[in-house]
Amino acid sequence: MKKKNLLQRTIIIALVTIIGLYLVIGPRRRPHLKDFTWSGIKATLASNIKLGLDLQGGSHLVMRVKTEEFLRRLTEENYVAAQNAAKDAGFEIKGGQADTNSGKHQVVLEPADASKANDIKQAVEKKVELGDTSVWSYSGSGGQMVWTMTGNAERTLADNATTQALNIIDSRINALGIAEPTLQTHGSQSSHQILLQMPGVQDPERVKEILKGESRLELVHVVGPPSPAPATTYQTEAEALASLGGTAPPNRKIFPYSERMELSAAKDPSQPKPKQWVVVETPAIIDGSELRNATAVPSQGGRADDFEINFSLKKSGADKFGQWTGAHINEYMGVVLNGEVKSIAYIKSQIYDQGQITGRFTQQSAEDLALTLRSGALPAPIEYLEERTVGPSLGADSIRAGVRASLVGLALVVLFMLVYYRGSGVNAVVALILNMILMLAGLIVFGATLTLPGIAGMILTIGMAVDSNVLVFERIREELRSGKTIASAVDQGFARAFITIIDTHVTTIISSLFLFVFGTGPIRGFAVTLVIGLLVNLFSAVYVSRTIFIWLLSRKERVESLSI
Amino acid sequence: MFQILHDITIDWLGNRRWFIGVSLLLMLAGLGSAIFRQATGGQAFNLGVDFKGGTVVTAKFKQRPSDETIRAALDEKGVRDAVVQSVRDSPDTVLIKVPLEGEGQDGRARVREALNTFGSEAAPAVDLAADANASYKIVGTEAVGAIAGAQLRNKAIAVTLAALVGILVYIAFRFEWTYGAAAVIAVFHDVLVTLGFFSMFQWEISLTVIAALLTLVGFSVNDTIVVFDRIRENRKLHRRDSLYKITNDAINQTLSRTIITNGLVFLSVLALVLFGGDVLRAFSLALFIGVVFGTYSSVAIASPIMVWWEQRLEAANRRAALAMSQPVKGGVRTPAKASSRRAGAKL
Repeated sequence: MKKKNLLQRTIIIALVTIIGLYLVIGPRRRPHLKDFTWSGIKATLASNIKLGLDLQGGSHLVMRVKTEEFLRRLTEENYVAAQNAAKDAGFEIKGGQADTNSGKHQVVLEPADASKANDIKQAVEKKVELGDTSVWSYSGSGGQMVWTMTGNAERTLADNATTQALNIIDSRINALGIAEPTLQTHGSQSSHQILLQMPGVQDPERVKEILKGESRLELVHVVGPPSPAPATTYQTEAEALASLGGTAPPNRKIFPYSERMELSAAKDPSQPKPKQWVVVETPAIIDGSELRNATAVPSQGGRADDFEINFSLKKSGADKFGQWTGAHINEYMGVVLNGEVKSIAYIKSQIYDQGQITGRFTQQSAEDLALTLRSGALPAPIEYLEERTVGPSLGADSIRAGVRASLVGLALVVLFMLVYYRGSGVNAVVALILNMILMLAGLIVFGATLTLPGIAGMILTIGMAVDSNVLVFERIREELRSGKTIASAVDQGFARAFITIIDTHVTTIISSLFLFVFGTGPIRGFAVTLVIGLLVNLFSAVYVSRTIFIWLLSRKERVESLSI
Repeated sequence: MFQILHDITIDWLGNRRWFIGVSLLLMLAGLGSAIFRQATGGQAFNLGVDFKGGTVVTAKFKQRPSDETIRAALDEKGVRDAVVQSVRDSPDTVLIKVPLEGEGQDGRARVREALNTFGSEAAPAVDLAADANASYKIVGTEAVGAIAGAQLRNKAIAVTLAALVGILVYIAFRFEWTYGAAAVIAVFHDVLVTLGFFSMFQWEISLTVIAALLTLVGFSVNDTIVVFDRIRENRKLHRRDSLYKITNDAINQTLSRTIITNGLVFLSVLALVLFGGDVLRAFSLALFIGVVFGTYSSVAIASPIMVWWEQRLEAANRRAALAMSQPVKGGVRTPAKASSRRAGAKL
């Protein structure tokens, strides 16, 4: 083997080793001398390698889904829809309410002509989900039409809302990249609580805010004269109410409006303009469930560090939205987030599937909002009941026992390799140590969280690393026995074993990629460490080990013996 | 150099009936255990708190015993597989998670019984600090749901099956379909046998055991490919030999590697079983059984199935060839036919 080739290989290996070693034990800032003392290395190691809940513990959060709020909103929406349905069918309704006090949920309509109650009922139930008798029971008496939510339905709906909230929180946690949390229902079923345990995160307050962000997005029609007059805004809520004649009819709603700060309008940009009020049409044109995507982008025309959110709609939403905007050119629409108008836009031409939420967002708040919008709106607000920091779920004693047992196993492996393969055993042990360093470095680079399933992946990797060496060595021995020279036996041994090693590694990597892409939780953690470990192994067990052999053989002109 | 094995000529395939018989017996035993337990009102598998939920008991101590002693006390009273988790911001408090139990059994009562070995509990209305005689108090009991619900479980199974299909396709591409199918059947066998043990001995299945099962899959496939790889090589070197002989030779030639590698992994996992502690026991046992059967199945399941399948295909090919009344060489498939079926599988 040529000297130049050997030099090149040595340089590559040295570089990879140094970089890998630094990634594992080096600090992520400018290093000081004391970072390289024993205690310094231990401290950096602990901060570099993220451990999962089972090994390290983390936050323990109990939250409650305010399902009563969900049921209240549902009743109110049904009330508005019922009013509109009755009016569309040509019936006059003189009053009514959505009654959600004293633990019941009722939609009440008072028709102007009580004798038409049955016709109205039919018209309403055809269009509105009040017709679903498994949820609403109807009773009509004395000029009042009453739909009452059944107790069973209340329970089912509240349970469903909790499950939905759980799923949304789950997708938000995933989007935040918090690895390996555990999420489960907590308490009795009727308490609608969720228990979240997650390994230590950088900024727990931000995570808590994101998880409880309701992110109810609605696009609404802002009521007012058509353009070119500016959108009609009011200074107080009472003023807005007065414009509707004192009471808001069921198809109108008054929302607060905090307008985007115009730079020219204020010297101090951090001071928001005083809150204003607008009258909008209800129900909304479309809501956040029609959202396909939302991304944070630097705002156009605003200050350099201002951000806004671009969103796009799904096909069904885009159809509805396109139809509506086509019919309302020269009018105004508003973007409502969590019951507050964030921006009002003038409809210049028909819009289909694109929209914006403008406002004074910082990059982080825009990104957080976009994330919660993408994951969907929570069906109901969430409150935190309990917050704790908990220790590792495996228990410190079990972890100690596990580490001890693994070290015993590793020592056995090293000992055997040295005794059985002697000189070449050293070779294998060097490759094994390098494999472990680079595997840890890989975990750190990819920000993976190490959990017990991850350690299972490591065990398999180490097993396969040992296997690669054994395959090569056994093959070299076989070639030696068949009478080949040492140099050619080593060459052949590597060449033949390499085919096997590639096949075993590629097979396992392919299957782990499936687990990584489609798997969740522990399955994913397992796959990440396995893929990293196997890729590293192709380097350490084949390339490095080969290089050591080349070096051994290059020291003499003729090699008479090989310690294997 | 000293060598464990020299020039072995064991007729592995000759014992295939024994191998397959033993494997069928083991799988049937596991299946029988699962069905019998399910039918007699028990549980086919002992699913842990991860899968079916349970109860979290929050206990506050005056003098908090170590996690180990608490777990031992719980074990003593028959509360198995409890998760004992410390609370960092309140060091004298501990969370004890016990799996959901059958009807009529009260997790809380049994935890209390176990905790009573550390002293008496404070009366319900009295603060722990105010009660001089008490040494602990249960401050909360809450039911918790499963971490991995049915949806996640089904997804995990689907993903694993997809991964197996990936393995099948890759092996088919590098070798032949029969090799891929045989390897995947062997993996199934290993998982079923391991699950059978878990049903028979009612070891707890937690999420970490699932990770161990995935490890087993990887290990078993790795081992099978090593043997198959040698078969592929030998087929090219010794074209005149029958597949039966080639397979036996391949197993014998790789035997020293099999014994060394798998022996080492076996020893490491044995260390984990012996010294890894109770909490990791189910995890280590799954790995342990996986190593044993992963090794066994490459020789005893994957190879015989592959040979049997190939021989059937060959026979079918011969019949087809005879039907077309073309001259055919007896014995092995002719190289031309083999290579036509093996398009893209060079090396």
